[in-house]
Amino acid sequence: MSTKIKINSQIFQDSNNVYYPKDETEVSDLIRELYKQDSPTEIIGNNSKSFIGNKTQSANTTSLSKISGIIDYRPEELYIKVKACTPINEIEQVLSENNQELAFEPIDFGYIKEGKSNKGTIAGYLSCNYAGSRRFKVGSVRDHVLGFKGVNGKGDIIKSGGTVVKNVTGYDLSKLIAGSFGTLVALTEITLKVLPKKDSSKTVIIYPSNFEQIYDFFNKLSSSSSEISGAVFVPEQSKDKDFVTKKNSVFKFNDLKSNISFIAFRVEGDKISIEEKINNLKKELKLSNSDISTLDVYQSEPFWKKVNNLEVFEKTEHNLIRMVIPPANGSKLCKHLENNHNYFVDWCGSLFWIEVNSKKEEKIKDLKKMAKDFGGYLTVIKTSSEYDYGEAIFTVDKVRLMISEKVKQSFDPKRILNPGKMYRGV
Amino acid sequence: MSEIALPKIDSSILNRKSEIVKKLSKLTNIENVLSEADELRPYETDALSVYTQTPLAVVLPENTEEVSEILKYCHSENIKVVPRGAGTGLSGGALPLQDAILLGLGKFNKILEIDYENKCVVTQPGVTNLGITHAVQNKGFYYAPDPSSQLACSIGGNVAENSGGVHSLKYGTTTNNILGVQMVMMDGTICRFGGKSFDQEGYDLMGLICGSEGLLGVVTEVTVKILKTPEVVRAALIGFPSIKEGGDAASEIISSGIVPAGMEIMDKALIEATDNFSKAGYPRDAELLLIVELDGTESEVNELIKKVEEICKKNNCSSLKLSNSEKERLSFWAGRKAAFPACGAMAPDYYCMDGSIPRGKLAEALLEIKKLSEKYELPVANCFHAGDGNLHPLIMFDGNDKEQLRKTEEFGSEILKTCVRLGGVITGEHGVGIEKRELMCEMFNDNDIQQQLSIKKSLDEKNLLNPGKVYPILRKCAEEGRVHVHKNKDKFPDLPRF
Repeated sequence: MSTKIKINSQIFQDSNNVYYPKDETEVSDLIRELYKQDSPTEIIGNNSKSFIGNKTQSANTTSLSKISGIIDYRPEELYIKVKACTPINEIEQVLSENNQELAFEPIDFGYIKEGKSNKGTIAGYLSCNYAGSRRFKVGSVRDHVLGFKGVNGKGDIIKSGGTVVKNVTGYDLSKLIAGSFGTLVALTEITLKVLPKKDSSKTVIIYPSNFEQIYDFFNKLSSSSSEISGAVFVPEQSKDKDFVTKKNSVFKFNDLKSNISFIAFRVEGDKISIEEKINNLKKELKLSNSDISTLDVYQSEPFWKKVNNLEVFEKTEHNLIRMVIPPANGSKLCKHLENNHNYFVDWCGSLFWIEVNSKKEEKIKDLKKMAKDFGGYLTVIKTSSEYDYGEAIFTVDKVRLMISEKVKQSFDPKRILNPGKMYRGV
Repeated sequence: MSEIALPKIDSSILNRKSEIVKKLSKLTNIENVLSEADELRPYETDALSVYTQTPLAVVLPENTEEVSEILKYCHSENIKVVPRGAGTGLSGGALPLQDAILLGLGKFNKILEIDYENKCVVTQPGVTNLGITHAVQNKGFYYAPDPSSQLACSIGGNVAENSGGVHSLKYGTTTNNILGVQMVMMDGTICRFGGKSFDQEGYDLMGLICGSEGLLGVVTEVTVKILKTPEVVRAALIGFPSIKEGGDAASEIISSGIVPAGMEIMDKALIEATDNFSKAGYPRDAELLLIVELDGTESEVNELIKKVEEICKKNNCSSLKLSNSEKERLSFWAGRKAAFPACGAMAPDYYCMDGSIPRGKLAEALLEIKKLSEKYELPVANCFHAGDGNLHPLIMFDGNDKEQLRKTEEFGSEILKTCVRLGGVITGEHGVGIEKRELMCEMFNDNDIQQQLSIKKSLDEKNLLNPGKVYPILRKCAEEGRVHVHKNKDKFPDLPRF
């Protein structure tokens, strides 16, 4: 028998005392009741990314997983409106039938968590705001949200935005909700911008000889009119043999030498323009055919899936860091990481995924300082079992924390929704 | 013109004017504080010039610390503050208040850093939108959002309004093109959101500030993303014998997977008006004109042009012309960019509306507007950012005729309500300001508005920063003014409006 107060006999509760409201009204009733009782709740979807962030300080758990299904998909209007916990797979499937996609390229965190695919729900993606390799070209998750509906910490159903791209009516709360880790509203409905899939893709591999050369290539790639839609650097790594083995197996492609450091950049479009862009880029980067290898579409597509699945860190038991810095400081960071940590670089030199050995929490502190000095930030995406939270998961300064507290207060004055998930007091 | 409700005037502030001016003169150089009637006149309105108010004083600080000190002082003394960029906004967001100081950011006019390696520009907010592109175009870069007033509007104002432009379907609006802002809150706190890297962690406070119409803070520095200029840009000028066929072609272009850099539609009334005005050489027999702009590499653009041609022919286009040079491409745009003054030449006054609708509802919206035009016996010309669903009907009328004025306001309001009914919104890019404040309840219920007001209260507890804007003062959907231009005397006649 549950020791908790019965909230609402109509709302299903399982044997683990998890509430499963089945629609927006039930979410509202539940949160209104929790608000009255000053009783916080953790908000979860399909639990695929709930390991990210701090452990919430709450007595209840509310799963929004039953709030699922496509409400309205208009391919010609380039939007899809879905219930908040619609699985990403389901959305991608229906978009694919119309040759469209979520251009921000959702990361599949299932691999680092449990070694297999688990993309989770769209609400989870929006709450984390972690976009994949195409981010530097098309924007993040937040740039693809047109509107939402949800329930604030008082139990009020609120909405913002709509289904149209151009909309400046009132505050843009869709942006604020992105990356808020469920601390502002329990999402019930999300409208996303969708884009046409590109006809084809190819990936060009370069084998650079030093860090300066890597960033020179990245700079030239991002300065070109021949647009690329992905660029990663995967270092050779020689000390950690297990990692080297893993890396070589993940990136095992006919036309890729994964045992040495490589840059891979992706060109998308129709077949003629892909060739044209690659030729332009070869000239701009002063590359001859002998310097490069090319992954055709059959290798290119799985390659980028593996990158976005973070497969080189599959089932990692160490701390996994996500660091974003301005690319101009990237080569300095690479030098620091060389032979100290397992890592790779995405977003054309701006996003670093770094594995930090579980016994070295101090190292995270050093990296965080480095991120700040470089004008960026880091998040500990996955913590090792020994992580004692002495070093905060997120990076925040005093002023932003003060404003975040105020914003939290305006949505959720009694801190009912996911308290402490991001920062203490929020 | 209808009277507009403004926040209650605090007479104690009016009585303390000389003391306040004296104090402000200590917080910045004395010549940066304007308080005489003739000095205040240029600041009485923004580009929604039908409404005017004389501010208590104008202060033009020179750096962030001065802005902070001024706001801190106003906060402690309960003095209202209205921020102002270049004053080109069309919704009255920078309309002064008699008991408020007007905080002009005009002296923040320097580009602080051009960082090609990180593909960004750090700039003060008073720099014009086009000024940023001018600063980087010699290296082949540009700043993507291009509101029609880009020659004069400031980047700080763009952040406040989340300005868009013709190319926002492909390249997004301001919010998608900035990386960081420095902002001063009403209590004087200086804060920084984002920087030169993507996607700040935690609450996206930059995203909240962008489009908040100066209600949450005063932006004192902006870091914008710059893009490489496309290799090739070409445009197609296509005439259609009916609204339906043209609208269908525009929808089909999008659903076929093409994302044009820009796609504009003009109706027959506007084709004639602009062609008379600018001699753009538009097909005058067409009921609807479509301009499609495509960019990318040469073969990419050629391929897309071919697809656009096929779709338009399938939808029975009556004429189709492709630009073969940069000069020709610009000539295609010349008429479109002259849309507003062309309407000004046809009637003593015009109202410019700004609603967004789903693209597929274009024909329905235009037919509805046509019916309303007959009902109100007022001519209307329509231009439409077809790529992103942003509609700008221009209602022509004579402001000296009170009955016509009343009918125009009612007509305008019905258009915006039609936009909402068709699944759209009451403002696509001009902002709410004072203009559409009372129409907010067409889109939002009390819960929605209360949540937004609650955010405002959390960041500006005393409601001193730009009060009376965006959120309804009258708790009803009153019909208020739109962009009203009398005898073609636009506040900024030289600025193209599209």
